[in-house]
Amino acid sequence: MADSTPSSFPGVTLACEKLERFLGEGENRIQILRQVNLELRSGCIYAVTGPSGCGKSTLLYTLGLLDREDAGEIWINGTKVSGATDGERTIIRNRNIGFVFQFHFLLPEFSALENVMLPMMKLGELTHEAMQIRANKLLDEVGLGEKSSRLANQRSGGEQQRVAIARALANQPDILLADEPTGNLDQNNSTVVIDLLCRMAREQDQTILVVTHNPAIADACDYTLPMLDGQFVPRD
Amino acid sequence: MSSNFTIGVRFLLAKRKSMLMSLAGITFGVGFFIVTQAQTSGFEGFFVKTILGTNGALRVRERIQDTLRSMSVDESGEGFQISHKEGKRYVGDVAQPELVADAIRQFGNVAGVSRVVTGSGQLVLRGQTRPVQAYGILLDDHLGVSDLSEQIVFGELSDFRRTANGVLLSRYLAERLDVGLGEKIVFRAAGKARKLTVSAIYETGVRDIDKVRLFIHLRTARSILGKPFGASFLQVSLFDNDRAPHDARRMIEVTSHHVSEWQRREKVWLDVFKILRLSSAITVSVIILISGLGMFSVLAIIVMEKTREIAILRSMGYQRGDISKIFLWQGFVITLSGTLAGWIFGFLMTLGLANLPIRIRGIFSTDRFVVNWSLSHYLTAALIAFVVVMLASYFPARRAARLEPADVIRGTSA
Ligand SMILES: Nc1ncnc2c1ncn2[C@@H]1O[C@H](COP(=O)(O)OP(=O)(O)OP(=O)(O)O)[C@@H](O)[C@H]1O
Ligand SMILES: [Mg+2]
Repeated sequence: MADSTPSSFPGVTLACEKLERFLGEGENRIQILRQVNLELRSGCIYAVTGPSGCGKSTLLYTLGLLDREDAGEIWINGTKVSGATDGERTIIRNRNIGFVFQFHFLLPEFSALENVMLPMMKLGELTHEAMQIRANKLLDEVGLGEKSSRLANQRSGGEQQRVAIARALANQPDILLADEPTGNLDQNNSTVVIDLLCRMAREQDQTILVVTHNPAIADACDYTLPMLDGQFVPRD
Repeated sequence: MSSNFTIGVRFLLAKRKSMLMSLAGITFGVGFFIVTQAQTSGFEGFFVKTILGTNGALRVRERIQDTLRSMSVDESGEGFQISHKEGKRYVGDVAQPELVADAIRQFGNVAGVSRVVTGSGQLVLRGQTRPVQAYGILLDDHLGVSDLSEQIVFGELSDFRRTANGVLLSRYLAERLDVGLGEKIVFRAAGKARKLTVSAIYETGVRDIDKVRLFIHLRTARSILGKPFGASFLQVSLFDNDRAPHDARRMIEVTSHHVSEWQRREKVWLDVFKILRLSSAITVSVIILISGLGMFSVLAIIVMEKTREIAILRSMGYQRGDISKIFLWQGFVITLSGTLAGWIFGFLMTLGLANLPIRIRGIFSTDRFVVNWSLSHYLTAALIAFVVVMLASYFPARRAARLEPADVIRGTSA
């Protein structure tokens, strides 16, 4: 079974092998990811921890096809996606991946409801009414049901981040990638956000990868993946 | 598509002030373009109508070889020399006008032919004399090649038709000589004098014509001017006046006569109008161009301010093409609303101008601003606005599409 690829294992939604990524130009070019191997299963939450600058965000962007790998392979739902064109990667992001960043990145000109509808509008599989219903339901689930028409920038930081989570879940992605989603939030809001992510993963059978510095959050996850200098720290 | 449009419009509305500036610029540019074109082409068209209505589309004269050296000066100011390989040639009276007229009538584009006998003389009244140019015409033929019937300001053409010694006097001459309808004046030419009755008074508005020209019946002209045969020239009207140069060339081949088309006779004035129209179009297009530059900077600023939003849109599945469409839509919305507002603005200004009194005599006669209502002005203005603004939107749109979402998001994390 030497040639078995990660894609052949059932339940594996996201996998990578010998993933490498360099950043910077010329003399400043440095290797950020060093031959990273990873297999993530549906219904599980993974925490990536590690010191600042070890490459956590870079790994997240590369796995999420937001950034392009320099070497190695990535599989999503058993399909090899490394080497895909920009257009193909964008379609996969739309259908299969949801991002939550440290900063919420809501579009301030749009209401919370409309922000949540943006990925659905791009996907274009639902009618406008169905999109509204689904967006309202998602906002309900993140606890913002009755404030959906308010503009995105008229909310607290915690509320905005919850809208961003609802937006990341808009197209029912298989994979949710969160980069320090509670980094800008106080303790209370952090707990709310993390509980929310955990509940989603269980209910929707999603794979969730959370980058975090917060040990409490890491403990709440199913697995913790400590990272150091562009590699996962091998377990003894 | 609809989400790109919505996003674009929201981005634009967030920059309402600068957007309204570009919008106003395009509105003014398009509006002024329309009104200046309506006015310049209106006057140009009116000038063309006047010259076609007075001197006809084509004039046919005889070619005279240089050998005679009978340098007869052409008083109407229309005779000229044609330089030719073999030497200079001059134009003169048509010896066999009926024959030539028959040949010309064969052309499909010819609407009418009028034989005209002209000669200079003097009008005498109460001791005053005025040098004039008499045009002997067959009234019905000449009505077919001119707007003479529309140019009558006093009296009736039927009076002229009935009166063998009738004369059509210009308003200018009538006023100078202080003579009215039904009064008699003396016309002197070639040593003879004849009493003529003023049957009607016309006005072309063309100073050079109104100052000297009077119309009498062809038979009367032949007898007073002592020209029993021939014609000074043939005046020809066409169905399609734009084809005049082409027809003129063929008539020269067929008749071996000298044929001059209105475009060549009036080249100086036509060029003046053309330059006026062009220069006003260029001047006004500068307004549109400047608003295009404004649009460019508004969009460039939006792209810079919205890099995060662009990155997040890309992360959630919006393609590079979607991002550039978001910005192209903004340009399109501004073009469309600016053009529509500009059309209304231009329309209203043209309407106002058309009712503005102005008295012009000299090259034509009008008491109001002449405007030309042409859809082409509206379409040309829209096209200019469209090209300028879409070009101005293209570069920011391309820049936005090229943003790398990972780079942007990396740059924002602490
Ligand atoms: N454009 C760049 N050129 C060169 N190096 C870069 C560039 N951007 C980031 N880096 C480096 O890449 C390394 C990994 O960055 P990354 O953001 O992945 O780290 P991280 O583990 O997410 O850190 P943090 O916990 O602070 O968010 C860092 O050492 C950073 O200095
Ligand atoms: Mg990071």
